[in-house]
Amino acid sequence: MLWRPKYILEALAITLVCVGFLGAGPSRSANTRFNDLGHKLMCKCGCNQILLECNHVGCNYSTQMRDELLAALTRDGSGLGSSTPDSDDLVLQSFVQKYGATVLAAPTTSGFNIVAWIVPFVALVAGLGLVTVIVRKWKFRLQPVGAQDLTPSQLDEFRRRAREDTEL
Amino acid sequence: MSDLGSYSLLLGLALSVYAFVAGIIGVARKGHSAEILGETARRAGIAVFGCVLIAATVLVVAAFRNDFSIAYILHHSNVALSAPYKFAVLWSGQEGSLLFWSLLLGGYGLVLRLRYKVDAKLVAYASIIIAAVQIFFLALNNFAANPFGIVTGTIPPDGNGLNPLLQYAEMVIHPPMLYLGYVGMTVPFAFALAALIMKYPGEKWIHITRRWTMVTWAFLTCGIFLGAHWAYAVLGWGGYWGWDPVENASLMPWLTGTAFLHSVMMQEKRGMLKVWNMWLIFATFGLSIFGTLLTRSGIVSSVHAFAQSSIGTWFAVFLAIVLAVCVFFFVMNRGHLRSENRLESLVSRESSFLFNNLILLVACFTVLWGTLFPVLSEWVEGTKVTVGAPFFNKVNIPVALLLLLLTAVGPLLSWRKTSIDSIRRNLLNPSLLALGAGIAIIALGWIHPWREQSEFYALMTIMLSVLVACTVISEFYRGARVIAYQTGRNILSSVYVLTRRNTRRYGGYIAHFAAIVVMIGFAGSAFNQDIEREVGNGESMSIGHYTITCKSYTQDDNANYSSVWAIMDISRDGKKIDTMFPERRIYKASQQPATMPAIRSTIQEDLYLVYTGNNPDNGHPIIRAHLNPLVSWIWTGSGLLLLGTLLALIPSIATSRVPVRSAAKVLADSRQAVGAGD
Repeated sequence: MLWRPKYILEALAITLVCVGFLGAGPSRSANTRFNDLGHKLMCKCGCNQILLECNHVGCNYSTQMRDELLAALTRDGSGLGSSTPDSDDLVLQSFVQKYGATVLAAPTTSGFNIVAWIVPFVALVAGLGLVTVIVRKWKFRLQPVGAQDLTPSQLDEFRRRAREDTEL
Repeated sequence: MSDLGSYSLLLGLALSVYAFVAGIIGVARKGHSAEILGETARRAGIAVFGCVLIAATVLVVAAFRNDFSIAYILHHSNVALSAPYKFAVLWSGQEGSLLFWSLLLGGYGLVLRLRYKVDAKLVAYASIIIAAVQIFFLALNNFAANPFGIVTGTIPPDGNGLNPLLQYAEMVIHPPMLYLGYVGMTVPFAFALAALIMKYPGEKWIHITRRWTMVTWAFLTCGIFLGAHWAYAVLGWGGYWGWDPVENASLMPWLTGTAFLHSVMMQEKRGMLKVWNMWLIFATFGLSIFGTLLTRSGIVSSVHAFAQSSIGTWFAVFLAIVLAVCVFFFVMNRGHLRSENRLESLVSRESSFLFNNLILLVACFTVLWGTLFPVLSEWVEGTKVTVGAPFFNKVNIPVALLLLLLTAVGPLLSWRKTSIDSIRRNLLNPSLLALGAGIAIIALGWIHPWREQSEFYALMTIMLSVLVACTVISEFYRGARVIAYQTGRNILSSVYVLTRRNTRRYGGYIAHFAAIVVMIGFAGSAFNQDIEREVGNGESMSIGHYTITCKSYTQDDNANYSSVWAIMDISRDGKKIDTMFPERRIYKASQQPATMPAIRSTIQEDLYLVYTGNNPDNGHPIIRAHLNPLVSWIWTGSGLLLLGTLLALIPSIATSRVPVRSAAKVLADSRQAVGAGD
């Protein structure tokens, strides 16, 4: 009974929900935060690359932006003018204010941008539901086939189908 | 010389129009004269290839002769450019790459028309569709993006040179492979639309379409992985996939093509999903064109900005016409696509294909959605947001994990209906092994899934990969064991016979195995490390187990570029193991800089060094080191994927050619034999 598709789907759903709660661990070091946030920002030199991955020789933007990010994550308060380390959201917000919304490497989860995140999962869930409904509908439409009084040609047809069904 | 190229293109266009019009008249009318007209259309189609080949040859010869009177050669070549890259000039710019597209389409058309005896009527219809697509591309070549434009005024003595990023050995083969994939999708599209238009009786068209799709899918796969390797080995940011719109454009038709290669089996075996398969082929072709529209129109921003122009309108109009034609003939002839069978159970091979298709299409939709969302957000809010790697990774990884789960379960299901007992029997041991592998990895401290979401995903990927590997191996083993009983061969020999008996099935399993090798490679990125330091002579930096010491740094110069490079000694746990040479070049013709990373690749990890620049005060090199685990698995997996696809393309041998032991002996042995599964 444990192997019923219903239970498998439930287990899968629980696993996916659990995934959402992962990553909320204890406070991270400035180095880890620098790496995380640096991968959530874009370089503004026009290269369309993630800030920490911009490798343009002599790129003025990326060096400056990395310094600003480091400053925001350390206690000296230089760069963005804070005397204590800012939260991740505040750091990202300060970059948005200075460089515009395109500095973020992914849409935010507020306003219209949340649509970007929701639609793929809605599509997945709707698709799964649709396929399940179609399969069930097709299944219940099935007509039973009589097994008595078969002609040789009918038998040949069943043999052909059996061969096809078991070949691949 | 450019005149020869221009006139060849014009003649090619005229012949394409003739092949299209005469082809239509030939299939619409009956009688001997119609047959003759159809034959002239076929020959005109063959001649188109000759015309485009002449034009392409003229352009390549012009590159070799440094004929800078042709604007395209002036902008994309220079005197010092080495010979292999002179060939690459053909596809390195907008006009040349569209000519290359026409050339490949002409080549595919040539093969198709030479093999017309496969099914003369079907090929005649398909030829008309190919001629229509060829008209579009040759019209572009002639009127919107002519590669033979002449330089006005004084002709410079040297050209601007090839884009430095393209001056890499793989770039000589990566674009042709990708284009063979993109352009090749025209052929299955032509067969599918032809079958729909003529209400083709029987399933022969789907067999032909499947084989063509497999070939072009293999080219596309090869092109995508070569592109990823090029990005890794040349761009110098330490990664291989950046979810750039150009990369996404290649991935979308690949995903729908993969979905088709699975769902087509339902049509071949059970006469089901005919409408679905038809639209999958239409979508795959449409996405190939749409990808080109995206990357050449400037609709979305891309790292690959060297091919943008205003020809997007042409592609948009063409795409609209293609869609209208497909919808029209589908509405007219949809009755021809009725399913012959119904699905009998939720737990069956058929439903696994349905779910597989759903997940692949959701992945494709997600890529499309993310690529176009900046345009949508600008339209709705007036602000263009960036949708980069963090979005695609977050959304696509759960989808990919679901796909891996299906890859494990799907092959264990029978056609029509599978009992739960059967699944339990076949899946229990692989599941226990996967679970054991996960527990062992956590116990050994290799992965801490509670620390980061990426580590959790990495663990899930490895566990599901073990599950897939076990099911693939068990499929080979169970089949081989039966043959071993029947023929008295040893198990390895039986695996060989088993594979030869059904190359498509077991080639497919090898492709599944390859997919998990690639996925494990992707999972490694959760543990990437990097460090950047200024290192003078004798100074060191550390990353992972490695100590990197700058032995020296120097300069070099040749006709094409000047370079600075460092000599870096690599030690592991205090013992010197290698020397690496990261390099930075300045190409003289274009005055563009480029990095040439040094990569030390092992099965465990890649050490990747980039010469990012020099300290302006003391001249010391600044080196960025990346430690990227399991990257070599991606390239190994891609090779295996192609191997599996090639194997699936080889015709299976007839069962009767395999020697079988006498019936009495088999009967005696069968008393001890175990069932070979479902």
